[in-house]
Amino acid sequence: MTAILAACLLLVAAAGLAVVLTGDPARQALTLSALSLLLALLFLALEAPDVALSEIGIGTAIVPLMVMLAVRKIHAPGKVDSRSAGR
Amino acid sequence: MSRPVRYVVFCLGVVGLAILLAPAVAHLPAFGSTFHPYRTLAVAAAVAHRTANVVSAINFDQRGLDTFGEESIFLASVAGAALLLRPGEHETERRPLGHARMLDATRLLGYVLLPLSTILGLDLISHGNVTPGGGFQGGVVLGTGLHLLYVAGSYDALEKMRPTTLFEWGEAIGAGSYGALGVAGLLASGAFLANFVPLGHFGALFSGGTVPLLNIAVGIEVASGGAILLSHFLRQAMFTEPAGGGRRASGERDE
Repeated sequence: MTAILAACLLLVAAAGLAVVLTGDPARQALTLSALSLLLALLFLALEAPDVALSEIGIGTAIVPLMVMLAVRKIHAPGKVDSRSAGR
Repeated sequence: MSRPVRYVVFCLGVVGLAILLAPAVAHLPAFGSTFHPYRTLAVAAAVAHRTANVVSAINFDQRGLDTFGEESIFLASVAGAALLLRPGEHETERRPLGHARMLDATRLLGYVLLPLSTILGLDLISHGNVTPGGGFQGGVVLGTGLHLLYVAGSYDALEKMRPTTLFEWGEAIGAGSYGALGVAGLLASGAFLANFVPLGHFGALFSGGTVPLLNIAVGIEVASGGAILLSHFLRQAMFTEPAGGGRRASGERDE
């Protein structure tokens, strides 16, 4: 059991680092999704299936989807480039 | 704020957090120990109300008021997001025409997963008092899974199967019935959200008194709210554009 927990924790740490190191927000939505899936695995290993289900629903589906749609809207042509206008 | 000043502020914050956190962590019970006073009390209370899923008993029975607050936050967030994402005065909504180009494999996956996710969502809501899951988890699965229609079919199919008005009503009715069940408990047993319904048999589908009823209320609210939230995001990101700017061929989607 300890080995499974250690493996899950290491995977979560690695995925968290991957999210931080992903520069492009659109790609970050995907790494965030992977991180949430691994977090759900960790919660399952810690015997918290209810939390794991919530994490899968929110973390792997809704949040990345909202990020991707928001990024798509920001980068749409015909709008003021918010990256240069926001400074 | 310049970069060095920002680092100083950051370091002050980290040191402060470390000073407060270190003694707290040092006094935590060891990981995996058998000392769980809250667990002992919560499990006994859940069994007394014949709710097999102790987490649901905590969320909807023992601490139902907390969940009521969370549901209200969810309702307010969805309403706020819908308000922000509505097409502005200078924006026009463009109707997508026909089917978009989509890989057959993606389309097939959508067709297969749509009924599966719907059944899973309904199962999670209806068995929330017995097995892991509940209104929130099931509602999220239902509200998100519905959008597989867009992946499998077209935006038209999604619009037909997702009457936004119905979901707006669902959101309000779900949140309202949670409050109504709370008031009913107040009238029947003298406490807001008291478990006043017959408890049934331990492990049965209808057991735990108000827990399955509150699960259904939350399930309706979260499924409707999730569908509304995603529909507004989808509409704003895909089919709304500044007036006069035809930026893309109709019905086309990004991969």
